[in-house]
Amino acid sequence: MPGNDTDDISVELQYPMALLKESATPDVPTKIHARVKARWKSGFSESSFRKILYFTGVCVLVLLAAIFLSLVIASFPAIRHFGVGFLSGSTWDPVRGEFGALPFVVGTLIVSFLALIFSVFLSLPTSIFLGEYFTRGATCTFIKSMIELLAGVPSVIYGFCGLFLLTPLVRSLEVKLGVAPYGVGILTAALVLSVMIIPYSASIGREVINLVPADLKEAAFSLGATRFEVIRKVILPYARSGIFAGILLSLGRALGETMAVTMVIGNSNFIPTSIFSPSNSLASAIANEFTEATGRLYLSSLIELGLVLFVITTVINVLGKVIVRQMGVEG
Amino acid sequence: MIHLGESLSGIRMKKVLSFVTILLVSVVFAGVGLAKDVELIGAGATFPYPLYSKMFDVYAEKNGVKVNYQAIGSGGGIRQLINKTVDFGGSDAMMSDKEMAEAPAPILHIPTCAGAVVVTYNLAGNPKLRFTPDIIADLFLGKITHWNDPRISAINPGMKLPDMNITVVHRSDGSGTTFIFSNYLSKVSHEWNEKVGSGTSLNWPIGLGGKGNPGVAGLVQQTPGSVGYVELIYALGNKMPYGMVKNAKGNFIDATISSTSLAANTELPDDMRVSLTNTNAADGYPISGFTWILVYKEQNYGEKPEQKAGEVVKLLWWMTHEGQKYAEPLQYAPLSKRAVEKAERLIKSVTYAGKPVMK
Repeated sequence: MPGNDTDDISVELQYPMALLKESATPDVPTKIHARVKARWKSGFSESSFRKILYFTGVCVLVLLAAIFLSLVIASFPAIRHFGVGFLSGSTWDPVRGEFGALPFVVGTLIVSFLALIFSVFLSLPTSIFLGEYFTRGATCTFIKSMIELLAGVPSVIYGFCGLFLLTPLVRSLEVKLGVAPYGVGILTAALVLSVMIIPYSASIGREVINLVPADLKEAAFSLGATRFEVIRKVILPYARSGIFAGILLSLGRALGETMAVTMVIGNSNFIPTSIFSPSNSLASAIANEFTEATGRLYLSSLIELGLVLFVITTVINVLGKVIVRQMGVEG
Repeated sequence: MIHLGESLSGIRMKKVLSFVTILLVSVVFAGVGLAKDVELIGAGATFPYPLYSKMFDVYAEKNGVKVNYQAIGSGGGIRQLINKTVDFGGSDAMMSDKEMAEAPAPILHIPTCAGAVVVTYNLAGNPKLRFTPDIIADLFLGKITHWNDPRISAINPGMKLPDMNITVVHRSDGSGTTFIFSNYLSKVSHEWNEKVGSGTSLNWPIGLGGKGNPGVAGLVQQTPGSVGYVELIYALGNKMPYGMVKNAKGNFIDATISSTSLAANTELPDDMRVSLTNTNAADGYPISGFTWILVYKEQNYGEKPEQKAGEVVKLLWWMTHEGQKYAEPLQYAPLSKRAVEKAERLIKSVTYAGKPVMK
């Protein structure tokens, strides 16, 4: 019976089906044909849509695996030659063919984490300000767009500003402290990088703080909590995992940043001894030396630096996700 | 029947899409059809890029042969030549014996011009300092730490040098400039040769790294009491102070275009794989070097037609003869007569299927 079959067909097709039923000439083959066609169409589009989604998801995984594999394959000569000693070696000598990644790993980690600490001091208050105090209106929109603009500035511009504006300031600080007045070094790189990564944690932090349920906050207010107490004891614990996820995103950005860092880090291939000493990072070393590298071992050592960076970023991301999940469970 | 999902705009969209596709496909094929003129491809050193740019422009106008040169660095140029993806490579550093042995076929080094590396510094008043080879080596080894060191004052009598820390600035990226500089220091300082050596990228014992000539210049100009090295052309163009250097014959030479060309007034080997640093020429600036175009001796590879090999040889001949007059206005040092003679012999030895290309 035609009436029973309308349940199988999607809602938007039931109107024309109803028209068909009411038509003067109950043409059965036409009705069946239309029903089959309609069901085939909706079913086809549903499953093909799902298939396309699966396909794009798999594509991303395949791309990631391809990147990893190509890094491993290209750095094979270096892996075979140096083995695990590559990670603990602290000499980078292209003339003699001795390559060790330790100075770059140490430089990358120190600069990135220092930049993260500096940026959290700026981005967390900004998230609270925009998520709790100025959630709507012209001020909010203005500050929000300015923060997002920070993310859009090319990193070379950050490098220039760091080199021409920040470096003299750091140099005069070093002169006052009696340290070698380089101006460039870990401190300068961390400061420049911290400004670059503010948008990533500020935007996400603001969103999660905004999403804290109003009834939780109102319950706290009704119990007599001050605004500061509400922020400290209700909002931040609730939004903790989201804020941390934003911080993780900005850390990932900081680890891979190349141009801005290479202009202000001093490019000295030694393990840094103080916050003012020049250093070098993995991405900066690769960017500097790749074009002129001749010789299989040199090239594959540079690519192995890229592999090390890839692995470090992956490990930190995985650890971060675990921490985020822990925070979410507790919160 | 009611058409579900098919609307009038959908049909129009399909028509527009198919028209655009046809248009794109025809443009692509038209482009392919037009590429009938001979085009040569080269890649390599960034140092001579401004000169090559001008030379190839003029050459295309005069002879109608377009030359496409990509300044990807000497290392990249050598790599692309070995992979046979380019017709010629450009390099500021000559290939080592090991690299020549690893190449699939013999490669010729044809010099095109010379360049010099100067020692620049940031001192109040921009004095014209004099350096000796051992002083330069010890500066960059970190053994001389203050500007008022007695060794510097001894050869710069009458100059008031401040008691300032010396900050060394070097290149963070690999470059032919570093090659020429370190090649010179390896020859004049035994300790440098042992500790650091010569190459496009080095394990610098001390100092900050700047990316490219602009990076080094920027750091030197910003840091009082710093010393670094840049290309002569760059120093001239940016009015940077640089010092005179004592050459092997004991004369203090100021780096100029002519003293750079004069550095080649010595015994030159036939294959022109020679380093001009620490030259024996009496008036030659000691920190100079050639830049070369690298080509395979045997041009019959990769289905290259004989006509193209002929064009490559013609281009090389033009670059070492008529093209030389574009060097000096751009502040490059042109080849000396002796260098041109050797280059001629090398170009004449290029063969195609065993027969010399140049008749």
